[in-house]
Amino acid sequence: MDVIISFCTALVALLICLQVTVLLLWIERKGSALIQDRVGANRANLFGGLLPFNLGIVNTMMADPLKLLTKEDIVPAAADRLLHWLAPWVAVFPLFLTFAVVPFGDVIVVGGREINLQAVALSGGILFVLAMVSLGVYGVIVGGWASNSRYAFLGSVRGSAQMISYEIAMGLALVSVVLTYGTLDLQEIARLQGRLMWGVVPAWGVFYQPIAFVLLFIAGIAESKRAPFDLPEAESELVAGFQTEYSGSKMSMFMMSDFIEVAIIAALTTTLFFGGWQVPFLYRDGFHFPGGLTVAIPSLIVTLLQIVSFLVKVFVFCWIQILIRWSLPRLRYDQLMAFGWKKLLPVGLANVAASAVLGLLLEGWTRT
Amino acid sequence: MDPDVILFWVVAVLSVASALTAVLHRNPVYCALALVMALFQVAVMFVALDAHLIALLQVIVYAGAIVVLFLFVIMLLSLEPDAPPRGRYGMRAASIMIAVVLGVEIGTAALISEPGAPFRVPFDFGSTRMVAQSLFTEHLLPFELTSVLLLVAMIGAVVMARRRA
Amino acid sequence: MNPYAALLINAALCGLVATILLFMSRILGRRRPSKVKYEIFETGNPPIGSLRGTRFPVKFYLTAILFIIFDIEIVFMYPWAVAYRELGWFGLAEMAAFMGILAVGLAYIWRVGALEWD
Repeated sequence: MDVIISFCTALVALLICLQVTVLLLWIERKGSALIQDRVGANRANLFGGLLPFNLGIVNTMMADPLKLLTKEDIVPAAADRLLHWLAPWVAVFPLFLTFAVVPFGDVIVVGGREINLQAVALSGGILFVLAMVSLGVYGVIVGGWASNSRYAFLGSVRGSAQMISYEIAMGLALVSVVLTYGTLDLQEIARLQGRLMWGVVPAWGVFYQPIAFVLLFIAGIAESKRAPFDLPEAESELVAGFQTEYSGSKMSMFMMSDFIEVAIIAALTTTLFFGGWQVPFLYRDGFHFPGGLTVAIPSLIVTLLQIVSFLVKVFVFCWIQILIRWSLPRLRYDQLMAFGWKKLLPVGLANVAASAVLGLLLEGWTRT
Repeated sequence: MDPDVILFWVVAVLSVASALTAVLHRNPVYCALALVMALFQVAVMFVALDAHLIALLQVIVYAGAIVVLFLFVIMLLSLEPDAPPRGRYGMRAASIMIAVVLGVEIGTAALISEPGAPFRVPFDFGSTRMVAQSLFTEHLLPFELTSVLLLVAMIGAVVMARRRA
Repeated sequence: MNPYAALLINAALCGLVATILLFMSRILGRRRPSKVKYEIFETGNPPIGSLRGTRFPVKFYLTAILFIIFDIEIVFMYPWAVAYRELGWFGLAEMAAFMGILAVGLAYIWRVGALEWD
């Protein structure tokens, strides 16, 4: 029975990951069109325009993946066959697995059992996320090397150097979060943000660690090699960087890894800094407003509200990342590395030191 | 069958196979990736021994950072896949002999020794909090020495890399 | 249920989905081999020289080593961060010494210029 429940939560987590990715593909295209004052993708249609109405988003969401998956799969003759097949798998697998530790709700009470809405309730959740992000570098390195092509190799070396540089900033931001909450478990951190400061304001992480929030967000964007940090796969300069020699579903897996990372950064930011699935003033039995007003709500509705709140927050942060991509110019590679090592790293260290000192001075500062 | 035993055998076979690949394969990139696999198996063994923090740190530091460095070095030096060895039989004979001697030693030690008396470990053995308590009280000196070691490594790396430039 | 058993189930599921995705093109896509398709892309010209002989700047190697060192530093910070309130001011002092020594190292490599031009 336990195994079935675990499998179901695993399936839900993976489905959330996949659905957010597919939706992000469309949101990116339409969102960028909105920002650039144009219409965007609206040509996809069913049966060649037979139907009098256009299903809009559904067409694009079906057409794009279908197109990519049915293209011919080409492995260059000079490439290393095993590594060429392995690289997209290695790029995507750790990212799928990261979603397993993100809590998408509190508990769901079904048939007298409380099921924790987190696929894997690891007590070292944050370290697990860091480990999976570290493994994400292999997809880039192996991908570029396997193609045995100069463009691909250069793109992959620069890309991986960039990724490891910003992992340090990410790690430091996460250390400050752990300082504040005293635990590595993501579900625990989400639960701890349910308290109220001064009886009114929800105790979300962003109020305790604003600098760490900015640091994690920026480092996350750089880690997923999105603009303004996307020189390794700069579309106008290196063809497609390390993805040059991939076609069909392998290329779609690399593109997916880009969007999955967007979703991961959004999910991490919401869980650590914005209360995760918390709805302000909502507890397991209903709303408890500060004025004293209480509204009782059945537990399944509470769970539904929490899951919806989580998804809404994730989409807000995905949208912010898309906004940033389409508004800022690209950083040159040396500017990029200088930013990671000379600006973010010292800021991260200073933040950890300051949070530690402040935490000890203000005795009652968060924790239980 | 006890799931612990099944897990142990799977992990043991995989780790020996990946370690052998890492040592014997001719293509250095394959060797590095086999090394990652072997390090994963070690992490799984750590989990089986209740050392949860160390298992995660093994993946983060070893599989996620050190082998990345190995791969960088391999790729940046453009190491060719090894040609099959010719001549030099003396070295090969000596190394095989040493390996056999070591193997016999370890095997004998493993077979002769008796398991110690079982002792209870505390409830949260291997958890991050326990490791922290122990690291920052009893083992403070090695911890501070580690920082000096890291400093030396930093300076050494910079000196060596810049001399080449 | 043991969280690592749940992790195994998750890993199996994710691995399966990733594998299916990987082979989709092979299953669904066309196979029309032609010589040109299998060449490496170099904007129309045949590739010059072999990748295996090219040399790359040493600064990538330096970045990787510095990454390892700072990664280890961060990894030491995590146990401290979890038990930081129990360890109190004494723990903070220990950690300050640790971070201080490494901050000196960071200042040195910054001054020497090892962080430039990457």
